[in-house]
Amino acid sequence: MFIIECPWCGKRDQSEFSTHGEAHIARPEDPSVLSDEQWGDVLFFRHNPKGQHYERWNHAHGCRRWFNVSRNTASSEIYASYKPGEARPGAGKS
Amino acid sequence: MKQPNRLEHGGRIDRDRAIEMQFDGQTLSAFEGDTLASAMLANGLKIVARGFKYHRPRGVFSAGVEEPNALVHLRSGARHEPNARATVVEAYDGLQSTGQNAWPGVRFDISAVNQLLAPFIGAGFYYKTFMGPVKGTAFWMFCEKFIRRAAGMGRAQTVADPDEYEKVNAFCDVLVIGGGPAGLAAAIAAGQCGARVILLEQDACLGGSMLSLPVGGESDACLKAMEATLKGMDNVRILKRTTVFGAYDQDVYGAVERVWDHVEVPPAHQPRQRYWQIRTKQAVMATGAIERPLVFANNDRPGVMLANAVRSYVNRYAVLPGKKIVLATNNDSAYAVAADLVRAGAEVSLLDARVSVPAELFKPLEALGVQLYPGYGILAAKGSRGVSGAKIVLLDENGCARGPSKTIRCDLIAVSGGWTPVVHLWSQRGQKLQFDEQSASFLPLKSASSTLKTAGSANACGDLNQALLQGEVAGQEAAKAVTGVVGVQVNVPRLKEAIYADDWARDLLMIWSVTREDGSTDGKAFVDVQHDVALSDIDLAHREGFVSVEHLKRYTTTGMATDQGKLSNINALARMAQLQALSIPKVGTTTFRPPYTPIAIGAIAGREQGIHFRPTRLTPVHDWHVDNAAVMIEAGAWKRPWYYPEGGETINQAYVREAAHVRKHVGVVDASTLGKIAVQGPDAAEFLNRVYVNAWKKLKIGRLRYGVMLRDDGIVLDDGATARLGENDYFMTTTTANAAKILGYLEHLLQTAWTDLKVHVTSVSDQYAAFAVAGPSARDLLDAVCSGADLSNEALPNNQFVKATIAGVPVRINRMSYSGELAYEVYVASGYAHAVWKNLFKAGASFDIKPYGTESMGALRIEKGHVAGPEIDGRTTLGDLGLAGFASRVKPFSGSVLRHREKLDMASRPTLVGLEIDGDTGGMAGSLIYDQRAQQMGEEQGFLTSTTYSPALKKYISLALLRDGHERFGESVDIVNHVGDTVQTAKVVSPHFFDPEGARQNA
Repeated sequence: MFIIECPWCGKRDQSEFSTHGEAHIARPEDPSVLSDEQWGDVLFFRHNPKGQHYERWNHAHGCRRWFNVSRNTASSEIYASYKPGEARPGAGKS
Repeated sequence: MKQPNRLEHGGRIDRDRAIEMQFDGQTLSAFEGDTLASAMLANGLKIVARGFKYHRPRGVFSAGVEEPNALVHLRSGARHEPNARATVVEAYDGLQSTGQNAWPGVRFDISAVNQLLAPFIGAGFYYKTFMGPVKGTAFWMFCEKFIRRAAGMGRAQTVADPDEYEKVNAFCDVLVIGGGPAGLAAAIAAGQCGARVILLEQDACLGGSMLSLPVGGESDACLKAMEATLKGMDNVRILKRTTVFGAYDQDVYGAVERVWDHVEVPPAHQPRQRYWQIRTKQAVMATGAIERPLVFANNDRPGVMLANAVRSYVNRYAVLPGKKIVLATNNDSAYAVAADLVRAGAEVSLLDARVSVPAELFKPLEALGVQLYPGYGILAAKGSRGVSGAKIVLLDENGCARGPSKTIRCDLIAVSGGWTPVVHLWSQRGQKLQFDEQSASFLPLKSASSTLKTAGSANACGDLNQALLQGEVAGQEAAKAVTGVVGVQVNVPRLKEAIYADDWARDLLMIWSVTREDGSTDGKAFVDVQHDVALSDIDLAHREGFVSVEHLKRYTTTGMATDQGKLSNINALARMAQLQALSIPKVGTTTFRPPYTPIAIGAIAGREQGIHFRPTRLTPVHDWHVDNAAVMIEAGAWKRPWYYPEGGETINQAYVREAAHVRKHVGVVDASTLGKIAVQGPDAAEFLNRVYVNAWKKLKIGRLRYGVMLRDDGIVLDDGATARLGENDYFMTTTTANAAKILGYLEHLLQTAWTDLKVHVTSVSDQYAAFAVAGPSARDLLDAVCSGADLSNEALPNNQFVKATIAGVPVRINRMSYSGELAYEVYVASGYAHAVWKNLFKAGASFDIKPYGTESMGALRIEKGHVAGPEIDGRTTLGDLGLAGFASRVKPFSGSVLRHREKLDMASRPTLVGLEIDGDTGGMAGSLIYDQRAQQMGEEQGFLTSTTYSPALKKYISLALLRDGHERFGESVDIVNHVGDTVQTAKVVSPHFFDPEGARQNA
């Protein structure tokens, strides 16, 4: 029941969005040079913090753009929304 | 019927509007403004329910949502409702209700023999009886059905509810929860500050605790003034009969409005209940408080009630439930009750656990003739089917009997153990509670930044004027936080004078349980009356080592009934604290979770039920399928033709005929549900090259190619054909089930990883219909119906497409085959699909054209060994499915590295094979495959994925994933269906059962 700010469309209801876990996981530039362990980190291992978390969201029933959200997983307070490729904002309130 | 307990005068009932209701076949006379419970009391009904476990007789206990006893079945037939609290059921003429959890009835209940078993069914009874002596669960399973029948609450209805429910979203600046004095003051103040206000009240009337005060007094004048003020305010919306059941993140509140619950049948087109989802900026929690009971032997007898509930019945409903009343308290709030009861004509004895009571409290009562017993408590209630007396004793500082007891004859025992503020919403928001010694209650630990303010009794606020003031301040602060405007003058009505005694738990003595000196009681002393948890159960749990409050709750089940411990919480904690020699806050409290009071699932579902549960997707030619008697099947959100029965055919007859027909003549299947994605831009080829395992850069315009995608971890994701329509224009198809998933996946790659690629992906699934035309006559049919294209084998070989027209409509014809026959896919804009389809059938008559459904489509592809959803199951690799040959060895693609993980490259992995099943019954998908030498023992070696009867082979066949599959062609294996408990045998063969060379599709 969040109101989430899509960086392109503005504030919309949560029902328009889908969430996809941790953000800022870079896709390997050259997949062939990664060790199994590095691949494991890329694909499977995720932080699961209580508190501030950067996460990926998709405006699935809207502009269909992907973006990132800085959110507190404990209080569900949303600190910021920003476009992919943009630097992550500082932890906590911006 | 006479109403023996109805007072001659007073009350907030409409004596001009007499009504009649039914309870257990008995007629109850009542007035408008009554509740079912007040009518029961007015008519002298004592036993109205039976206990949960022991089936002891129970009467009305409270006057509000906290009611633990008087749960009834409401209405009958499809509108039947279980566990309705009679105390909040508004009376209406013709209301039908019956007792529950009792047979044959609440007044005489066979299961009351459970009381004799009481020593054996204490705390932890389930665990001890069913998890120790007999191994396994068989004993439990045997006993369960008897226990389930014996214990329990109301009986649910199994037919559909005929009434409508709806959902509403609302927004406001300040949400005021509770329409009592503090809430009304808050709404007025916030409204006068210019905020948009919504005020919610669970009762049918505004006023809260003021409704329980004497009629016509100073409080009524104040209430009237407040209601008049609110009436003139356009920016305050008032919803009565509306309970806020949950508080959620970002200041969203869930509420249910009982729009038409106070009538038998809602008016036409009106909802019975309405679910409100309210988003606010600030909220004021003016939710009041609930009086606590006292614990003593037989404190569940009909005729034991909460003191202030009795006051409500006297003042609000003009019902005096007893003539000789023993009132027991540990705080000040029973004194005003005593005065009101005497004025209503009762004889009252007042027991106060405190030895010294301030003179200003007891002096006025002495003048009224109330007999006072300072330092006394009730050891036991006398009487079995109703209170006939109270055994009273002097108490020591632990609540133990000191000296001999004596008995006072009475017909009603009223108890007050202080008050429990209703802080559920505060707790639901994850905000902290702290224990307040003065009121012996958990109170909101306020913080300035909170968007939830508290006021009134929810704050343990003492008197009425103070509550009004708190409400005013909370409303003002909330409005200020929204509007930013400070110093707005507000004008909230007040009481002229503070004429009412302090209503709150001032000077409370923390004694709630009364026992003998050795801690025992004269009979069951209930902590949780609704769940039949006695003091002895808490004591037992303590002796057995349960220390944590959360463990105690679950072990004894205290606070776990439908009332969720509204009455029992503090009394259970206090007993634990006493046993552990700790303070109550050290013991801690459990967490409140929504809903505050039970709500109907129907209200939450609203209109999202039946066919409206989710959208249904129909292909552009859906109507034709229906008109031609297709049996439809749900495929995700889609409805697709499953088969087209002719002359009473069964599904098995129909699909076998359809599949055979395609191999002999020509058939058409509606493939419009395929996912279709336009992949466009100068880097489209590069993009496809990265996501598909095979090479795409050299695909010429006019060609198409089958492609497979992997997940990054090397597992097969999806497959489909992609055509190159133009220089920078590709048309991708995905499987029906994965259409949305693949689009999202491609978008994610383009938007986050490969932002340098100039490519757009757009879903065009709904824009195009697709029909597969398959069979030896397919080309002849299309030749007859198409214009402007050469369809000859030379001009249009497999994996190429042409543009043509059918009846003037532009179409694209892909030559490709899923069925293994000479086949084409016709793509047409959705709006023209029906016309094109009809033209195919018109021209097809001379070629014996038939439609075929998904069942025969499946049979045809299984005969060819083509993989689909059951094989691409999120666990299989290219190698498993025999698709490794497609993968490029030179270019990287998604999944190209991890598909070679050690375990994914193991030769012994289950691989795709065909099975020819012996005998004349088909296999069941999911059945396990065993080595025949192992005699169905040990680990299975694989499983069946897709099974069918093959009309071409005239036998039952199946695709399967089998360990070392490719090396086992010719071997005989066992197929075991553990669900149906059947064993079959089959021969392992190549998955390409039919025409493995592909001569037919290349014809």
